Amino acid sequence: MKVSDLAPRELRQRLIGPGVFLRIASFVTHVRSPIRSVAQGLGLLYADYPLVDDEGYADFHVRVAPPPSIRRWIQRQVVFFIDGTSPFKPLPFDQASAMFEWGLNYCVSSQCHQYLVIHAAVVERQGRAMILPAPPGSGKSTLCAGLVSRGWRLLSDELTLLRLQDGLIEPFPRPVSLKNESIAIIGHFAPQAVIGPVTRDTSKGAVAHLKPPTDSVARAREAAQPAWVVFPRYRPGDPLQLSPVSKASAFMRVAENAFNYSVLGPKGFNALAQLMDLTECFELNYSQLEEATAVLTALPPSAPC
Amino acid sequence: MLSAQNLAVDAVRRPEALASLDLAGWDRLLRQARNANLLGRICVLLEGRDLLRIVPAPARHHLESARTVARRHASAVRWEVRCIQQALSDVGIPIILLKGAAYLMAELPPAAGRLFSDIDILVPKDRLGAVEANLMLHGWSAKHHGPYDQRYYRTWMHELPPMRHATRLSVIDVHHAILPETARLRPDPELLRASARPLEGGNLMVLAPADMVLHGSVHLFHDGEFNSALRDLVDLDLLLRDFAASSGFWEELLERATLLQLTRPLFYALRYTRRILGTPVPEQTLRDANVGRPPPGLLQLMDTLLMRGLRSRHAMCDDWLTRPSLCLLYVRAHWMRMPPFLLARHLLHKALANEDEK
Repeated sequence: MKVSDLAPRELRQRLIGPGVFLRIASFVTHVRSPIRSVAQGLGLLYADYPLVDDEGYADFHVRVAPPPSIRRWIQRQVVFFIDGTSPFKPLPFDQASAMFEWGLNYCVSSQCHQYLVIHAAVVERQGRAMILPAPPGSGKSTLCAGLVSRGWRLLSDELTLLRLQDGLIEPFPRPVSLKNESIAIIGHFAPQAVIGPVTRDTSKGAVAHLKPPTDSVARAREAAQPAWVVFPRYRPGDPLQLSPVSKASAFMRVAENAFNYSVLGPKGFNALAQLMDLTECFELNYSQLEEATAVLTALPPSAPC
Repeated sequence: MLSAQNLAVDAVRRPEALASLDLAGWDRLLRQARNANLLGRICVLLEGRDLLRIVPAPARHHLESARTVARRHASAVRWEVRCIQQALSDVGIPIILLKGAAYLMAELPPAAGRLFSDIDILVPKDRLGAVEANLMLHGWSAKHHGPYDQRYYRTWMHELPPMRHATRLSVIDVHHAILPETARLRPDPELLRASARPLEGGNLMVLAPADMVLHGSVHLFHDGEFNSALRDLVDLDLLLRDFAASSGFWEELLERATLLQLTRPLFYALRYTRRILGTPVPEQTLRDANVGRPPPGLLQLMDTLLMRGLRSRHAMCDDWLTRPSLCLLYVRAHWMRMPPFLLARHLLHKALANEDEK
């Protein structure tokens, strides 16, 4: 059974009551929420995800709900709970759906150390994965959404999960978070794309989520061999430029973007060193999304598969 | 039989029984163990008995991840202890490590798979000034800056206000005693220091085995916070099992308890480690420990409160008495820490200060 098999009303009732057990790649997330926008967001963006309510197991038990205190009557807010504890400060009520996305990222990056968890988008084509690590504002998500709209498979927009056991990238496909101008850019670039409602005035500005392609969700258990690491940088008016980056410098830049590099100790170092051995590393300056996706799609295969 | 409500305890007592768990059972165990800070410990226990292979893959990943974090904590604490040692080398006093850092540096069983938060040290009261000054020179500074908090710690407590390192963000608690100045019980810190055991290399020490158990008991049964109470009880269980192997330990434990006025917390420690974790304690020791036994009515009340307090802090382990029990335990701890007038003043201030923060 999939989320789309539930009528919106039924999904909402379940989220208010016992919750739904959502399978996202290798993880099961038990979600509960009394909030309408969360139910709507799940119904739209997670339509293709399987439900596994019968196993009674979840990796994460999360709830997105108003705070328990009396403040809920004064100022409408929302809290993200992981099995009863709330690691973040409350956010304004209309950010509930986005908070679910951010909270779930935190669950994985803080609890799942069977991977080197890199803050990076990652996409795959013909069995080869391209990792796009970058700080916020560098156009990583826009580029990821662009590539996904041009035939690449979405592995993840935020968290690249590099498996320690075999060095493969484990998919964690989720809605792609688009910010500010990117929302309109992707709307034009891929008119068929499904984009959820826009949340304004978050700490990252206006945010909307792009529904992941059905095929990427269906193939969420297929790991991929890393082949490229590309550091994107979006600057309006910049000419397209793809230049190689030394492995030493790429190593350090990926390490800076890894959430659990220091937690893993030598295992993290070795995993990253192996990744550098297997990949070609580039820096990409771009201002036109069409050019950028074309040049990346034209990259010759490097690592043997 | 495993009990759904107390799976975390069952896992510590009888790891081999976990072979019968289904995936839904593992779900409950992981949640209870995580909220009790016992996930890494249970991983180490299973690993030691070669039982990790019976754990379903999704659950095993969580256990092993917790062990990874615990290992990282341990290496961070070792480094931190070295930094503290260096910072205090000019003061010319031995640094007595307490609780987690002591278990780790003395290579005692509770250290394996454990998470560490603050580092606690014990130093002579008359050297507090020098210790504080040297820590400040090396980058630590007070976490609480409010004048009330500063006075609260400096006048009434048994420790300096917690200090946090400016760049590493590690926190150190500098104690000069193991109970507050205002507490009903006043174990003499001089006695603790005199029996402390040196660790290899430099000026580091840990409490003698009996004193370590007594300090753990005081910490567990005199503190109002029960968030990690089950983990602390497991620490005590492991210490007792480890120290029991050396001859004369149990006699020493009772002698020290009497000398340090800690027969009551020792009585509780033996009662609840035995009841909850099945810790083996000699009959004679149990009889002798009755000097610390509370009157029957009080004991019945404490059973009611502590059998709830000493569970995982997960809602599925609670019953309708859990919340009132935790509340009473909190009030009880403060009652034992300060005389009534001071207590009323302190709680009033806390209540008002909390409102301000909100």
